[in-house]
Amino acid sequence: MPAILEVHDLVKNYGDFTAVNGVSFDIQQGEIFSLLGPNGAGKTTTISILSTLYQATSGDATIAGYSLKKEPTAVRRAIGVVPQEIALYEDLTARENLDFWGQMYGLGGKQLSARVDEILEQIGLTEKARQRVRTYSGGMKRRVNIGVGLLHKPQLLFMDEPTVGIDPQSRRAILDTVQELNRQGMTVLYTTHYMEEAAELSNRVGIIDHGQLIALGTQAELTRQVGQTETLLLHIAENDDPQALAAALTGLEGVLQAQASDHVIRVITPSAEDVLASVVSAANERGIKIRSIDIREPNLEAVFLHLTGRALRD
Amino acid sequence: MKKLFFIGLKDLKIIFRDRAALIFMLLAPFLLTLGLGFVTGHFSGGSASGLSDIPVVLVNLDQAQLGDALVDLFQSEDLSTLLEPSEADSPEAAYRFVDEDQAAAAIIIPAGFSASVIPGEGALAAQNYSPDPLKIEVYANPSSPTSAGVIKSIVDEFISRVEEGRIQGTLRVLSISGVENMPPEQVQALARALFENGEFDDETASSAAIVLKKENQGPAAVEFDPLAYMAPGMALMFLMYTVSYGGRSILAERAQGTLPRLMISPTSATQILGGKVFGIFLTGVAQMGILILASALFFGVRWGDPLGMLVLILASVFGATGWGLLLTALSRSKAQVSNLGTAIMLIFGILGGTFIDLSQMPPFVRLISRITPNAWGLDGFTTLALGGGLPQLAGPITALLGMGALLFGISAVIFRRSDAMKS
Repeated sequence: MPAILEVHDLVKNYGDFTAVNGVSFDIQQGEIFSLLGPNGAGKTTTISILSTLYQATSGDATIAGYSLKKEPTAVRRAIGVVPQEIALYEDLTARENLDFWGQMYGLGGKQLSARVDEILEQIGLTEKARQRVRTYSGGMKRRVNIGVGLLHKPQLLFMDEPTVGIDPQSRRAILDTVQELNRQGMTVLYTTHYMEEAAELSNRVGIIDHGQLIALGTQAELTRQVGQTETLLLHIAENDDPQALAAALTGLEGVLQAQASDHVIRVITPSAEDVLASVVSAANERGIKIRSIDIREPNLEAVFLHLTGRALRD
Repeated sequence: MKKLFFIGLKDLKIIFRDRAALIFMLLAPFLLTLGLGFVTGHFSGGSASGLSDIPVVLVNLDQAQLGDALVDLFQSEDLSTLLEPSEADSPEAAYRFVDEDQAAAAIIIPAGFSASVIPGEGALAAQNYSPDPLKIEVYANPSSPTSAGVIKSIVDEFISRVEEGRIQGTLRVLSISGVENMPPEQVQALARALFENGEFDDETASSAAIVLKKENQGPAAVEFDPLAYMAPGMALMFLMYTVSYGGRSILAERAQGTLPRLMISPTSATQILGGKVFGIFLTGVAQMGILILASALFFGVRWGDPLGMLVLILASVFGATGWGLLLTALSRSKAQVSNLGTAIMLIFGILGGTFIDLSQMPPFVRLISRITPNAWGLDGFTTLALGGGLPQLAGPITALLGMGALLFGISAVIFRRSDAMKS
């Protein structure tokens, strides 16, 4: 499949601070590509550059064959953007919002009216289309926010953390919508700091941290980077010393790595089951009380941990 | 161009759904005009000008046909609500009435006034005929300028009608074939016949003829409704609120994320800014239109020539929009625009003559007031209310359009240099 987006060595500096540092990747037509990273990693800046809102300090990208730098207007017609914050006119109804944004994308007349009907149906707001957006719940607003991005049938849809701050039910509805859009042929660039969302939705994932793309591939390819390991998360009492326990565990047989942060010790091991007993007795010997233990199989979180030494939510 | 129009319409729709904005845009100026209407007696059953029972003292030293006609006019039934006339024996007595603030003005009809109009024996036939000028003295009370102005306008019109009749009569006499060969007595008789029996008697001496609008477009000759000054004054002052609200909406769009969203749509920055400006302009025009319509319907304000009024509204809103845009270009936040906007609304309202007639202000204040769209707009609306039309509005309209264009230019430069149109 041809690449609909090709990003070449994108850099964005704000004075001395580098928000995006030499990012390069591509997205194939028809795939969902997730940019996964913690807050402040550079996801939104990257999307803002790709959607022509910010100018890159250096580097370029082509979207649907158009250069970001040379043909920004053509790029704008090719993309749809669902911003992280709800960007709607609250004193207009959902239909009026969709009408207006459709007009901004050059739609009009019966074509616009029909398309707005379709979108309202798709986001499940046909019945409430004539209510002002101000009266909607957060989830409903999010759905209209997505609907606006879809109006002109873009070739590539950018979704910047569309599930931030909403209830689980609305979140589920949005994830289902993304999957449905993809089934209909929509290519999606999705940014998130939720590992589960990236895992559920994406064909490929780019992991971004401190403005750099530190890993890129399918989930299988990424988890392979950390090997066939499992992670034990030991939650200890607040008055106990995690560093002392981490140091003790590092020498145990079957333990590849033990790291402490706050009151959690992450133990990377080929088999959690095999080392569990010796880990618990090591803690007991030092009088450290273990409150709970989680066992994690290889996943994107583990990949991030493996690559950065930090959890996604740190 | 279409997008610019859509953005403007969207803004118009949004502002007319904002109750707080509607209160400031429409209700506040309407209620303030209503209040001023009550203060000036406009709604208390008085004359249309808000003035009634104006005390005036007449001294008729002429005691002839025209002097009597003027006294009759002031004592006529038609002016009985507006005027409260009395007579005095001498000018000195009349002056005293005025000086003691018991009358708004005294009218002294000099002896021989009628004779000065209707030429004496042989006057017309004489070479270098030049009759004496008409002299009726109006001794005005400076503490009642409006009332004195009304009286003066009545006298002025009477004189103008007399003058008109005199000139017409003279021309007609001189145009009669063979007048130069007539004996002086015959010319005199002919002239008297024309003056005394002509149109002059029917129209000038008739009290109904004092309504001058049909004949004379001069400002002094027209009945002036103070509400036609107050209502546009209020409308123009609150127009400044509207344009600052509109300017605020540019920064509001930035804060609520719709401006960045517009900028990543295939819509140019020029279209976006143009649309926002068009929205402010459209809102201002709608506000002025509604206020004018409402004051005409509810207060009976006569705004004058509709075409002139329309052009003046457009020009006033254009000038005010320029200020709104400049305000936005200079501000960093919605709150800043809001605070500056309120301050400018009040300052311009005062400077522009909304509360105090500009003619009563010192010359330097009158000069400064020319930077406000209020002063120019009010000039224009007053001209219209006094019977002027589009040609008489050339000055205010040119000034308002020039002001708007200049401010738009300055704002565009500031916008280009600042980050107001960036996300």
